[in-house]
Amino acid sequence: MQEALRFLTPDAEPVDPADIIEQARLAQHGSEPLSRGLPLTIRGLRKSFGDNQVLRGIDLHIPAGQFVAIVGRSGCGKSTLLRLIAGLDTIDAGTVGFGEETRPQDVRVMFQEPRLLPWARVLSNVEVGLGRDRASSDAQGRARKALAEVGLEDKSGQWPAVLSGGQKQRVALARALVSDPRVLAFDEPLGALDALTRISMQRLLERVWRDQAFTAILVTHDVAEAVALADRVLVIEDGQIAHDVHVDIPRPRRRGSADLAALEGAILRDLLQSGDEPSDL
Amino acid sequence: MSLIENLPRIRRLGLPRADGLVQWIVPLAIIVVWQAACVTGFVSSRVLPAPSEVALAGWKLLLSGELARNIWVSFWRAGIGFVIGGGIGFAFGLANGLSQLSNRLTDTTLQMVRNIPHLALIPLVILWFGIDESAKLFLVALGVFFPVYLNTLHGIRTVDPQLIEMGRIYGMTDAELFRRVIFPGALPSIFVGLRFALGIMWLTLIVAETIAASSGLGYMAMQAREFMQIDVVVLSILIYALLGKLADSASRALERLTLSWHPAFQKH
Repeated sequence: MQEALRFLTPDAEPVDPADIIEQARLAQHGSEPLSRGLPLTIRGLRKSFGDNQVLRGIDLHIPAGQFVAIVGRSGCGKSTLLRLIAGLDTIDAGTVGFGEETRPQDVRVMFQEPRLLPWARVLSNVEVGLGRDRASSDAQGRARKALAEVGLEDKSGQWPAVLSGGQKQRVALARALVSDPRVLAFDEPLGALDALTRISMQRLLERVWRDQAFTAILVTHDVAEAVALADRVLVIEDGQIAHDVHVDIPRPRRRGSADLAALEGAILRDLLQSGDEPSDL
Repeated sequence: MSLIENLPRIRRLGLPRADGLVQWIVPLAIIVVWQAACVTGFVSSRVLPAPSEVALAGWKLLLSGELARNIWVSFWRAGIGFVIGGGIGFAFGLANGLSQLSNRLTDTTLQMVRNIPHLALIPLVILWFGIDESAKLFLVALGVFFPVYLNTLHGIRTVDPQLIEMGRIYGMTDAELFRRVIFPGALPSIFVGLRFALGIMWLTLIVAETIAASSGLGYMAMQAREFMQIDVVVLSILIYALLGKLADSASRALERLTLSWHPAFQKH
């Protein structure tokens, strides 16, 4: 019990061997890896559902390869913004552009629910992610590679029903990764996971983002998660970008370190002040 | 068939896995008690002949070839009627589940027809078809149509919309979406319809054969009644029970084969 508690207290987090490897890799590649991601430019984006104006003019530029987190209260429009970026809903006004013509497999989304086909084995669920390339001869090989990327190569023949929540979400991640996307949008991907699984999934997300160098857009309600993962945190309030915070903390970041906590506190204060609910912090 | 059996098990009972034999204990026990009651004279053989007498009657009919012929005729009628009615029901279920236009066009009509007890059509059917084969096939097909239609429609309607959205995001064509997402998602419900339909199939056929036929199991039973052969009447009833069980087992086997992904069908 003592051991477990010590692991959970931020100051005493043991050094993860993965961090050391990560640091070595950073030293080798420099802090700015060559990105194959796409830049994203949004101008005057508006969206309403009926009388409800959800997005009231969003202007935003995301450079290629950046990891951006979008936070805000529930109902602030952050998920709508993500759905518009991913092309899942129609735009009322404004533009969303990636700087060049994209193919469908260039932009992928991962949701809070894994959305795996329960009647397909893990490997064929990953193959779904290949889109039009499903029929190609190396489809299986690519799917296996993506599964290995998320550490589930030994589960390829299983039914989704026997996997844990975290494993299902990793399969969903493999499905999103298998087509080598250049923009990956995450809609609360870890929202339904328990605390420890979340932490290991956050590490996994950061690692694949570094390895594959795509542009990452993460919608989350967890400010700690946002500052731990992102280069930049956007705070959305009432359908507009209220704050645009750059997170200049070098990677790999130590969870619970003082500078992360300070930044998290500042963003949380902003969120709470702006809200109509009474704040007792 | 029980409800509890299909629910996820919380704790495995420490019994050996011998479901194949266990399920026959009760029917066998009933036969033993029945035989004992008849032999001891507790039940008069005019009311209910002993199982041994029924078996003997069955043996005689088997030797004369009459039993096999009648079973075959009934089986054939049931099968053909089922394929026709089930096929049309499945087609309408698909069409109305996938197309709003088709649904608006036909669903109200089908719901009205559904509320007519199909056996109430027997007088009309006899006037139309006489006691021809087509009369029986028509009734069986009509009876089977609705459970298959309703459950196919329900299955398609209740496929998780999030999965459909996922399929579209990953660039599935309509045909792929149907084959990989909608149809497998609707399959458990379609099987429920199939099993309901099998029950209705036997019911309809037996009523139709009892009223208007010159062959088949129902006809055999009615003939036996004319000649007071109560053992043959009981034999027919037992054969219905066995055939019903057979149909149910077949559909269950098919379920296990196609729904192996479903948690309810996985080995615990």
